[in-house]
Formats: sequence, structure tokens, C-alpha cells
Amino acid sequence: MSEVLRLQYHISNSDFTRAGEASSDVKRKLKQMGVDPKVVRRVAIAMYEGEINMVIHAEGGQIEVIINKSEIKMILSDNGPGIPDIDKAMEEGYSTAPDNIRTLGFGAGMGLPNMKKYSDSLKIDTKIGVGTKVTMVVKM
Amino acid sequence: MDKFFNSVRLNSDLCKGCINCIKRCPTEAIRVRNGKAVITKEFCIDCGECIRICPHHAKVAIYDQLDLLKKYEYTIALPAPSLYGQFHNLEDINIVLCALKRMGFDDVYEVGGAAEVVSELSRDYIKKHREKWPIISTACPSVVRLIRVRFPNLIEHLLPIRAPVDIAAVLAKRKAMKETGLPKDRIGAIFISPCPAKVTAAKNPLGNQRSEIDGTFAMKEIYPVLLPYMKEVCKQPEELAISGKIGISWGSTGGEAGGLLIDNYLAADGIENVINVLEDIEDQKFEHLEFIELNACNGGCVGGVLTVENPYLAKVKLKRLRKYLPVACNHLEQPVGKEALWDKPIEFEPVFELGESIEESIAKIAKVEELIEKFPGLDCGCCGAPTCKALAEDIVRGVAKETDCIHVLRQYIHKLSNDLSMLDLNQGGLKNENRKGTDSE
Ligand code: SF4
Ligand code: SF4
Repeated sequence: MSEVLRLQYHISNSDFTRAGEASSDVKRKLKQMGVDPKVVRRVAIAMYEGEINMVIHAEGGQIEVIINKSEIKMILSDNGPGIPDIDKAMEEGYSTAPDNIRTLGFGAGMGLPNMKKYSDSLKIDTKIGVGTKVTMVVKM
Repeated sequence: MDKFFNSVRLNSDLCKGCINCIKRCPTEAIRVRNGKAVITKEFCIDCGECIRICPHHAKVAIYDQLDLLKKYEYTIALPAPSLYGQFHNLEDINIVLCALKRMGFDDVYEVGGAAEVVSELSRDYIKKHREKWPIISTACPSVVRLIRVRFPNLIEHLLPIRAPVDIAAVLAKRKAMKETGLPKDRIGAIFISPCPAKVTAAKNPLGNQRSEIDGTFAMKEIYPVLLPYMKEVCKQPEELAISGKIGISWGSTGGEAGGLLIDNYLAADGIENVINVLEDIEDQKFEHLEFIELNACNGGCVGGVLTVENPYLAKVKLKRLRKYLPVACNHLEQPVGKEALWDKPIEFEPVFELGESIEESIAKIAKVEELIEKFPGLDCGCCGAPTCKALAEDIVRGVAKETDCIHVLRQYIHKLSNDLSMLDLNQGGLKNENRKGTDSE
């Protein structure tokens, strides 16, 4: 029987103080599993960026993490405004974050590029006005 | 030596099982079982938090007793800079150093002096190892141990230079051998320590095969012994001090980093803050820092659990003491060479892993998640574990059971008594049937 662990997280809106809790929890669990530390770090960074993105752009959402012995899959879904130009959003330094968020030090335009850099695959389904679903996979 | 040696211990006669300590332990290393605290030594980082919190003084640190001095022909005291912050109205460090000699040591060698050598070596290392930035301080053994069990990604960032006290021991013995002609094994170098973590590090060094430190005394035990001698010598103390501003500053937070003469550093203290910083460094949330100084105790070593003075007052006193000193008095003129560097790389010890394989661990964590649903999430500690989650993990590790949770136990008893009364009713019913049977006869 192949063991699979499914974890669900609710990301609340605009609460920066709590953004990062889900990725920390996943990080802790992966460490307890004895997953390669380098893999743990990639998951933690990619997921944290995703979490922050959801808070900045979409007033929160849901994250589902599915772990089996060969990979970690993170599915981040929100009901936010959607991403109008994905290619642009993937460019390093490009950001649509509002000024108040940039002064917090977020919104440096590294979110999606970092998510891509630290995951083995990244898929974005987005519909303007409906929401965005980002699926990231990191291989063990 | 056992690779998980600890100097924080339990005096079980004094322990009342009050669960204060399990709540405070930053690595969740303590449980209360059968009314007494138990420390899992693999998880313990000797930070001393439980010693601080225990209202019944049941958590203790082990260290050497004064009669250790008799074991050696020639003894040298190695006082940590934090020692000087313990005394009121101290104006001259030489008074403390002379008092140490009066109390029975043959010589003193300030750890602060060696710290200046470490500062110099560190500056050079940091400059030459840009690829390892941010470089993390290794002066606090609790922090190093924490990184070793919990932050494997950060091991390569550790500064691979021995702690000042280790270098002090090497230099002090070298000096003593020259002056006395005695062989090394008849000379005892004894550290005056602010904390149990350094007691552990002397016995079981991380990053080194062996330490030259032959024993460790607790600052709080030496303090009352020194006071009367300090009064005696205060008029005309002998000149024994060898450290400058940089060396003294190592005694409190930011001192080590300050001695590097760079701006691009972070210094954090208090074990919870240290853990948060390490988590964030691991996730690369700090970039472009050269150096990170971390101290497990609030205020740095002046806040060690074996000190006596309030750490913030001690910090002020150190500041005052160093005011008129030169920046540094020690340089690399005596070559410390290879002895100053780690000779044994630190390895990751995955003590928190739940299973032998990833599959097994996945199954166990799934079970933990399932169990957590059954617990009330109060984290009341009545089960002897610090949180409901920790109890769930203990259960999958096979060292606790569900009914250790008093809330689960209550439900269980409730159900049991319901079942019993059902049974009673049923049996009563049966009897009635029987009676009916007899009636109809
Ligand atoms: S704090 Fe811990 S060691 Fe102290 S009495 Fe309570 S349970 Fe025992
Ligand atoms: S900060 Fe200093 S006193 Fe506290 S544990 Fe670390 S080395 Fe010991």
C-alpha cells in the first residue's frame, strides 16, 4: 500500500502575521519524515512565497498538500482577481503589489519566479475575476 | 563519550510533576510520566530554560566541585567575560582575577583574551568565505546543538572556529608548561561557566575530538567564594588582565558580532527568538547578511542560568568596565594555527524523525493528524506532554497512549458507564422475562 498524507490549510485574508504558518507546519512535518533537508527547504520557500501571494493578491484561500514517497504536491487555490498576464508575472522583479504592501518588504516581484525556481513543476490556472489555482510539485 | 551527553538533569526527589518545565522547553524534550519529569536527552540542548522555570528547583545542572583543584599540580582559572558583570561597583577586572588566584588557582587566563583571537580569525574567515554567508556564530553550544538536530541546512554556515574558552585553555596550558616545566597532564585548566551548555561542550565538544578544558565551575558557586578575597586584594591588585573592549564585549549579546567590525550582521538572543531566526534563515528570508550571532540566553551569556546578576544590569556593568580599555589587546602573534579550527565536522542528527523510512513516517504523521482530531486542543499539559500534538506524536512513537489525555479518558469512562447501565438494563429485562415465564406457569 502506498502511503499518502493529505494536509489542508486555510489561509486567512491579509493577515501578514500569520502568513507562513502553513509552510512552517509542512516544513516541520517533512523534517519529521526524514525528507532530504534540501528538498524540505525548497518546499518551504516555494510554499511560503505562494502563501504570501495569496495574502497579498487574493485575500487568502486554501492550500492542499499531498505527500507521498516520491513527491510533494502543493495546490494553492484562491478566489482572487486572477493573473492577467502570467508571462509578465513570471518575470523577476515584476510586481502588481500595492504600495502599502511593498513598504512592508513584500511584493518585490519574486513570488512566482521563486516558486518556479524552487519547484520541479509549476502550473497556473487562472481566470480573471474568478480565482487562481497554482499547482507546484517538488520531487523527493 | 555518549554523543548525547547532557548536563541538565532532574533531581527527582524534588520534582512535583507540576508540568511547568514541559511547557517551557523549546525542543519539547520533557514529559511528565508517573508524576515525575523525564528529559529525552537526544532532544535536550542544555539551554537551561527548565532550570529557570522550575518552581521546586528540581532541574539542576551538573558541574565540577571545588575540590577538583586538588587533582592537578598547577591550576589555571579561565573566567568567562560574563563573570565580571556579576559584581557591584567593580572598577578593575584585575580584582576578580587576583581573587581567583587567592581562592586557590595558580594562574588565570581570561577567556576574553582568547575571544579577541577568535574575533580576528573570524574576520578573516568571513572575508574568505563569501559563499557561506551568512556565517553563523558557534560560541553558544546550545545554538550549535539546536542546529545540529533541527536545522541541517544551516550546518554548512557554522563558523568552524573553536569557542574562545577552548582556545583559552590551549593558550593557558602552553604558557603554564613553559613557565613551570610541568607536563600537560599535571596542569588543570578550569572554566568558570555561565551555563550548563558550556559544561556539556567542555566534556563533549561539538566540532572537536577533545577539549583542553579539564573542568567547569559554575559562576554562581564561585561568586560567594570570591567576594571576601576581592575585598582583600582590592587595594593593589596584580596586573593580570589581558583583554580589551572586544574581549569583554563577548559577555553579552552583540559583542561577538561587534568585534568583527562589520555592519552587516544580526544578533539575536533568547532561545525562542533564536529558533525563529534560524527558521527564517533556513527559508532564505534574510539575504545579504555576513554574520549571525545567536545566544540562547536573554542578554547573551550574562543571562546564563548559572549566573547570579540580572542580565541587563550585568550588561551595563560590562559596558562600564570596558570603557577605558583599548579596543583589543590580543592578536595572532602567538600562532594558534590548526588548534583554533574544528577538527571534526558537525553532522546532522535527525533525532526528531518519526519513522525509519519515508513511507513509515508518512503513515505515522497521518496517524498523528487523526489523533489530534480526538484531542480537545487545549494543550493543558495534564497528559504530561506539552501540547496535544506532542502527545499524538508520543503515541505514534509508542511511548504514550490515548487515554493519557484526561479528556479522552473522561469520554471513555462516560461511554463505559453508559455501556454498563445498558448492560444492567438488558439484564434487568432478561430477569423480567424469566419472571414472566415463571408467572405464566
Ligand atoms: S517544573 Fe518540571 S522538574 Fe520542576 S517540579 Fe515541575 S515537573 Fe518537576
Ligand atoms: S548564551 Fe551563553 S550562557 Fe547562554 S547557553 Fe549560550 S553560551 Fe551558555
